[in-house]
Amino acid sequence: MKQFTAISSKIVSLPINDIDTDQIIPARFLKGTDKHGLGEKLFADWRYTADGKPNPDFALNLPENLGAQILLAGDNFGCGSSREHAPWALVSFGFRAVISTSFADIFYNNALKNALLPVKVDDSTHKKLFQLRAGDPDVVVSINLEEQTLQLPDGTLVTFPVNAFSKKCLLNGMDELDYIFSFSDQIAQYEQKYVNTN
Amino acid sequence: MNNQPKTLFEKIWDRHLVAQEHDAPAVLYIDLQLVHEVTSPQAFNGLRERNLPVRRPDKTFATVDHGIPTLSPDPSSEAGRLAAADQLCLEQINKMQTNATDFGITYFGISSPKQGVVHVIGPELGLTQPGMTIVCGDSHTSTHGAFGALAFGIGTSEVEHVLATQCLLQNKPKTMEIRINGTLQPGVTAKDIILAIIQKIGVGGGTGHVIEYTGSAIRSLSMEERMTVCNMSIECGARAGMIAPDETTYDFIAGREYAPAGKAWHQAMSYWQQLPSDPGATYDRVITLDGGEIKPMVTFGTNPGMGMAVTGTIPSPDSLTETNQKLALEKSLAYMGLQPGQPLLGHPIDVVFVGSCTNGRISDLRLAARLMKGRKVAPGVIMLVVPGSQQVKKQAEAEGLDLIFTEAGAEWREAGCSMCIAMNGDQLAPGQYAVSTSNRNFEGRQGKGGRTFLASPLTAAASAIAGCVADARSLL
Repeated sequence: MKQFTAISSKIVSLPINDIDTDQIIPARFLKGTDKHGLGEKLFADWRYTADGKPNPDFALNLPENLGAQILLAGDNFGCGSSREHAPWALVSFGFRAVISTSFADIFYNNALKNALLPVKVDDSTHKKLFQLRAGDPDVVVSINLEEQTLQLPDGTLVTFPVNAFSKKCLLNGMDELDYIFSFSDQIAQYEQKYVNTN
Repeated sequence: MNNQPKTLFEKIWDRHLVAQEHDAPAVLYIDLQLVHEVTSPQAFNGLRERNLPVRRPDKTFATVDHGIPTLSPDPSSEAGRLAAADQLCLEQINKMQTNATDFGITYFGISSPKQGVVHVIGPELGLTQPGMTIVCGDSHTSTHGAFGALAFGIGTSEVEHVLATQCLLQNKPKTMEIRINGTLQPGVTAKDIILAIIQKIGVGGGTGHVIEYTGSAIRSLSMEERMTVCNMSIECGARAGMIAPDETTYDFIAGREYAPAGKAWHQAMSYWQQLPSDPGATYDRVITLDGGEIKPMVTFGTNPGMGMAVTGTIPSPDSLTETNQKLALEKSLAYMGLQPGQPLLGHPIDVVFVGSCTNGRISDLRLAARLMKGRKVAPGVIMLVVPGSQQVKKQAEAEGLDLIFTEAGAEWREAGCSMCIAMNGDQLAPGQYAVSTSNRNFEGRQGKGGRTFLASPLTAAASAIAGCVADARSLL
């Protein structure tokens, strides 16, 4: 897995609650057998008009958002389908972190496995970020995973939660599968005791 | 010693703990993984890259459901069954077959009589059993919780982890009891129960929790109805939904192909009967509903929490205080082409879809057929009836349900996910309205620009006959 340590970036603002993974990547783009090309389809039904042209009003198409690596979204981001294509598409587009007050469980887990950092903030920070971004499209915030902090332009530091294990994996680019394999003996013993007895 | 009263969830969790280090997620043993063509190819690619086998092919079962065609010029042959397949979907279907062969996994392919939607065939074949941990790269895996199993959807990376190790890393979720006492009114179905729950707690209301459904209204449900309730647990954000096993559960399982038999059955029963939550076990959250108060439900918006009684009127964004919620409702109503204060009864529709892992089982088809018998689908409305599996299809045909549907003017299709996810060409045109027995009314879910009213098979059938959103109770 790719590492995640710290980033500073502009913000793309999507002030919509309950953005589901069908919006992040519509089901008709799940027909591949690899992970490639999904960034182009990210938010496809909001991002492109009926004739396939970029919708000039949609956040991802605004010139001011070019190169932004942080997505600021409404509550309960990533609900619905378990498709890991959602974080694949966000990462492929260039996002490294998503900020919201809450994330759907499966999306949250999927994001962490792809070095896309889900940053949970309180309501007032969330509102403040939307206001800051609305007032200045070039506003830059910094995320430091080691410190678990989000730094606002005025220097304010807001802490965010990350479980210790995911943090270690992200900081070191460590793969979870290798961690599970380190328990091979215990798995064999478990199977001996509970599974292979029938 | 460990005499603390435990919930159903805690008993299954504890039994499946392989390891638990400090400051790390649990290593949880998985008893059954179901695999389908859309969320697995990248996982098998990962195994190949690392030169890893599937650790327990005997605990891994694959089928194709999401992208397969439901129209077929000749359903009796594999070629005929796939003749109408979307080209990209066909590549995934072929890949599934190759992966199953290469890794030694039991595969119920398109021409197998055991093929169907993963969450329909697991229970149907007796693979789904109480006390198991069950995963699948599909969020509606919560369906299997109806048997008193801990079952949940996972991402493709996790599919790979389970294929390789038969284990999954999981942080322990919280527990929530949703207790529904009372007796359901006539015309109120399991689908209405779960839509009422999601409407009450919201699409994020269950996040981080495993729900256990309890109470007399739940106890009195059949297994298929319980599956409908557990199926949509994910739509309120819950990690899983479950119902303690009882005689209804055991009667359903007994005699099925992969169910234990003989001595193994008795061994299994001694484990299963210990599973129900102990008296005095506590949950992190408890929510109660009166089953007698639940009405037939319909959704009006673009997430499953935006629901109301079918006789209700659409709420106004002005009634909401939080800005983002207000924006979300306004955006939803604009997409749906609806106005605050408007009733849905009588709203014209273009399509009716009966099927999916939520409502594509035999009892769902019987419910719909009961209303359709001797009646006609309204002119201008297309009705698709898509059985959840080939076994469901066969059973329905043995009962003559297919003829009831086709004589009414509905289309009787082959088994698959079909218009629930609209990957296979079964989809709404932009702007069309559908009453659908599926589980998601997200923007574009049933086809780009399509607009979905989620409802029960009864409401769907009544609406097909009326040509508009209708209350089935007047036809019962």
